[in-house]
Amino acid sequence: MDTIANLADGFAIALTWQNLGLALLGAFLGTIIGALPGLGPSNGVAILIPLAFSLGLGATPALILLTSVYYGAMYGGRISSILLNIPGDEPAMMTCLDGHPMAQKGMAGEALSLSGIASFVGSIVATFGLILLAPQLVKIALLFGPAEYFALFTLAFATLGGVSSTNQAKSAFAAALGIGLAMVGVDTQTGVPRFTFGEVHLYDGIDFLVAIVGLFALSEVFLFLEHRHGSSDAEGKKMTIGRIVPPLKMIKDTSGAMARSTGIGFLAGVLPGAGASLGSFLAYALEKKISDKDGTFGKGDPRGLAAPEAGNNAAAGGALVPMLALGVPGSGTTAVLLAVLLSLNITPGPLLFTQNPDVVWGLIAALFIANFMLLALNIPMVGMFTRILMVPPRVLMPIVAMVSFVGIYGISGSSFDLYVMIGFGVLGWVLRKLDVPLVPIILGTLLGNAMESNLRRAITISDGDWSVLFGSPVSLVLWAVALAGFVLPIVVGKVIKARMHGARQTAQAEEMDATD
Amino acid sequence: MNSRFLSDRIFGLIGLALALGYALSALAIKESFLSDAVGPKTFPLIIAGVLGLASAAIVLRPDPDPVWPALPRLAEIGAAVLVMVLYARLLPELGFVIATAFAAGYLAWRLGTRPLGAVLTGVGVSVGIYAVFHLALGLSLARGPLGF
Repeated sequence: MDTIANLADGFAIALTWQNLGLALLGAFLGTIIGALPGLGPSNGVAILIPLAFSLGLGATPALILLTSVYYGAMYGGRISSILLNIPGDEPAMMTCLDGHPMAQKGMAGEALSLSGIASFVGSIVATFGLILLAPQLVKIALLFGPAEYFALFTLAFATLGGVSSTNQAKSAFAAALGIGLAMVGVDTQTGVPRFTFGEVHLYDGIDFLVAIVGLFALSEVFLFLEHRHGSSDAEGKKMTIGRIVPPLKMIKDTSGAMARSTGIGFLAGVLPGAGASLGSFLAYALEKKISDKDGTFGKGDPRGLAAPEAGNNAAAGGALVPMLALGVPGSGTTAVLLAVLLSLNITPGPLLFTQNPDVVWGLIAALFIANFMLLALNIPMVGMFTRILMVPPRVLMPIVAMVSFVGIYGISGSSFDLYVMIGFGVLGWVLRKLDVPLVPIILGTLLGNAMESNLRRAITISDGDWSVLFGSPVSLVLWAVALAGFVLPIVVGKVIKARMHGARQTAQAEEMDATD
Repeated sequence: MNSRFLSDRIFGLIGLALALGYALSALAIKESFLSDAVGPKTFPLIIAGVLGLASAAIVLRPDPDPVWPALPRLAEIGAAVLVMVLYARLLPELGFVIATAFAAGYLAWRLGTRPLGAVLTGVGVSVGIYAVFHLALGLSLARGPLGF
């Protein structure tokens, strides 16, 4: 019953004109960001964080704005998958498989609105799951001491590469690089400067926002420059949308697929190391096994579209559970949301639920509201959003670069931060070429200091005895999961990754055959 | 040594050098007399160790090379970096609108907009951001000698 009372309080916070307006603005901007070529949930939210921060919005309104952008971008990402067969981000890969063939059959409008409904179902159910599961996880987390937290942070880094990771050495490299960068600045416990090389600007440490915007947004600009990819992928393609409301029968036929996929997606989101990509992949694979009796999957079967969309949105909601309850995100996009919270001076974790219940429940209420708004925006206005695909990168990328500069300059007003951001942009471009994941770097800069202080607190409490790190059953379990999560991908990761890409390549090959 | 894997081998060696440098500068941290049981050096040394191990693994088991751009495209990225650094340097002196118009126009031009279109894009982006973020939302942007 507590939950319902809490949720009612949350709605009381979220349902003010200002917050509703921000949710609407966020949902609208987010859908545009998701649909734009070269921008997705992570880098879209990344360039907006410093802005929300320097505009001086309060914690809850800023959080509502940015989570609406995040959810909106998840919705918007499907548009280019369906119309152009170009996935905006990895989770949207599976959406291409049946979404694009539907569009080719002249059912683009139905595909867009059906996937909108599937996204809605996935994320609404996942938000309910979040309400039920997060408080339970908080109860467990309240038993954690510093040693357990240190093990938990290690677990987060070890599993971040995920089951589909191809090169764990590169994930580990990225995590160590991020944590290493977090060490720069004055040590909070003894007051000595570390790795500052006498540069006064570095005494406060490297602002993680500068790192995030450089790595995610500027490196994208460099990628486009490298290929001089200035024209829009949509140029010269005719996009007929057709009817924008799916027939009721189609919704009824796909409801089973949506329900199953939502369940799988949510679980994949909650578990460390899985995330939205695996959520949508598993949802599609299972649905294919259950429903593909006539071999229609991959040729525009609505169930093959509804399954991955419900799955990846449910996973996005599920991923919020460990992020809010433990303060440890399990995926790239939730890492960016953690950055949002930290820049608002909110530390997620079990204490957040007891000390700032207004933030937690206000956020959860905002998620519900944003979902309804997205559904309302997406179905009638989908025609307008598809036009956004026509924006050529030669106009978009200068805007992305300049908004990044404005945001970072707005925080500190110093050119030094801009130089650091450019440096991170170049670093991000090189690392992306080398297939080094950027998310562990971000997470390292966000969590590095908390990880170190938990380690030092644990050892100080035990009077210098390092065995305390393995001293409780809880920490032993966490270490075991961390170890398994790191080693498992080395053994099975290649197989799963190959299957995920294989599914897409077969589909593309078949499409080529069909057009020949 | 197989040249198809050269990028990762070089990358791993740079990583090893970085780990070594990181460890050395961690050892150079001055301990204060008020230290806890762990001290400010230990955790950075652990991180240097992880960085070194990961780099060694990358050297020993490299992935195939990515497709690196030809020299002109590398020069293109270098030039863009230079323009951005100049932008960061000159922003407080020229003011937001002028500096941004130049930088945005340059990027638009290099991404394949025709010169006249690039000028228009640059001015449009600059004035647009100024109108939305400064005039409408009240964010403080760099003021130049002309007041904007």
